[in-house]
Amino acid sequence: MDVNDVPQEGNRTMGGHRRAMYARDTDGRIVIVPSRGGEVDETVTLQALDRIHEQTEEARARVLAGESSPLEYWMYAQRLDLPQLSQVTGYWQWRIRRHFRPEKFAKLPEKILQNYAWVMGITIDQLKKLP
Amino acid sequence: MNTIIENFRHRHAAHCESGVASSMLSHHGAAISEAMAFGLSSAMAFAYLPFVKFAGFPLIAYRMPPKYILKGMIKPFKMRFHFETFRDPATGMQRLDERLAQGRIVGIQTSAFWLPYFPEEMRFHFNAHNLIVYGKEGDDYLISDPVAEDPQRCASDALQRARFATGLMAPKGLLYYPESIGQTVVTAEAIRRAIKKTVRIMLGPVPIVGVRGMRMLANRVAKLDTADKLSLNYAGHIVRMQEEIGTGGGGFRFLYAAFLQEAAEITGIAELSVLSERMNEIGDGWREFALKAARMIKGREPFEPKQLAELLHGQAEREKEFFIALKRTVA
Repeated sequence: MDVNDVPQEGNRTMGGHRRAMYARDTDGRIVIVPSRGGEVDETVTLQALDRIHEQTEEARARVLAGESSPLEYWMYAQRLDLPQLSQVTGYWQWRIRRHFRPEKFAKLPEKILQNYAWVMGITIDQLKKLP
Repeated sequence: MNTIIENFRHRHAAHCESGVASSMLSHHGAAISEAMAFGLSSAMAFAYLPFVKFAGFPLIAYRMPPKYILKGMIKPFKMRFHFETFRDPATGMQRLDERLAQGRIVGIQTSAFWLPYFPEEMRFHFNAHNLIVYGKEGDDYLISDPVAEDPQRCASDALQRARFATGLMAPKGLLYYPESIGQTVVTAEAIRRAIKKTVRIMLGPVPIVGVRGMRMLANRVAKLDTADKLSLNYAGHIVRMQEEIGTGGGGFRFLYAAFLQEAAEITGIAELSVLSERMNEIGDGWREFALKAARMIKGREPFEPKQLAELLHGQAEREKEFFIALKRTVA
């Protein structure tokens, strides 16, 4: 890649930051060039965020229909999925899936709720309902 | 507590770990570039790990696993590197303060999700982010995050959260700093050894690693079902691992090209400059792949997994020929 080919169109997911890229200057030396990002990286980041957003909204609908607990909603809202939530809490996936059942969730002890709230960076009160 | 390590200089880097290695060693008198840290630790690689899921998709790595670069500095610089993890967050924070008070810059591993200065859209649960703490002002730590253009600040509770995030590759408060550095210049021998190791990794027999890993991924991509809407997410995921979580446009390839350029000067092997050019072109090939995938995701081109697979096979072929040539050069 040459210095002039470093993407500078901008990538709105980068929040105004620039990332360092390596490219060849006119003397043939490879140097660091700060990049504002471009469409390619923006496309794939937005695609990943869209997917998370979609999963979050699907979970919200299930919670409203009484088919799932707010835990599932918050999991996606905080950019986790089931394997990741299992890794960060240390609970087995099947156990978390049980906590997605509204009647089980309602009976969860404070300690477990606290752990969920902590790994997600929210309060227990937030965890108990949809925002 | 107010303390700042005065003569420390922040540098912008393409990748966090090679950036930390370069800043840390340079601060301690062994001035090396990010590219040299990357190449000298034989960090460039390729791995397709179908059984490790990242956001629901296989992990695709364009480099060796976390900590590989830092540990790769030990031998060429005859270093004693102090690594320490903590069970108790308070002790971990206290140790950081102690080391800063002694006038040391301290490397730490964090989760990217809990760092408040990261742009909202970039905050994903990724636990192997590296940065340097070079001071503290009141409750704020002064942070040199290699992927940020300028120095940052982070309040102590947020930093503690980031250092003690749980999950895959949990940092457990890891902090590190050199205790001694026995050698401050890079030798031709160390470079040769590092290149040979990279050749072995890239041309090795493990089916999911190196060139063979690329072929395996290509075969998987060829089989993507165009009727399944998640297939496009799969394609996007490959590019994301390459562009975002990596360093932009197969960025590790460009970084390695920069290393080869420096390596040519130090070893006096002119052929390495020619190979640096070739590696630069291989990086462009990865960029073409990313562009093609992005156009398909945007719907500007029909989604044809076979075409993407074709490009991946092409990259595998080019890298194979490249590493055979590289092997001959340093033999």
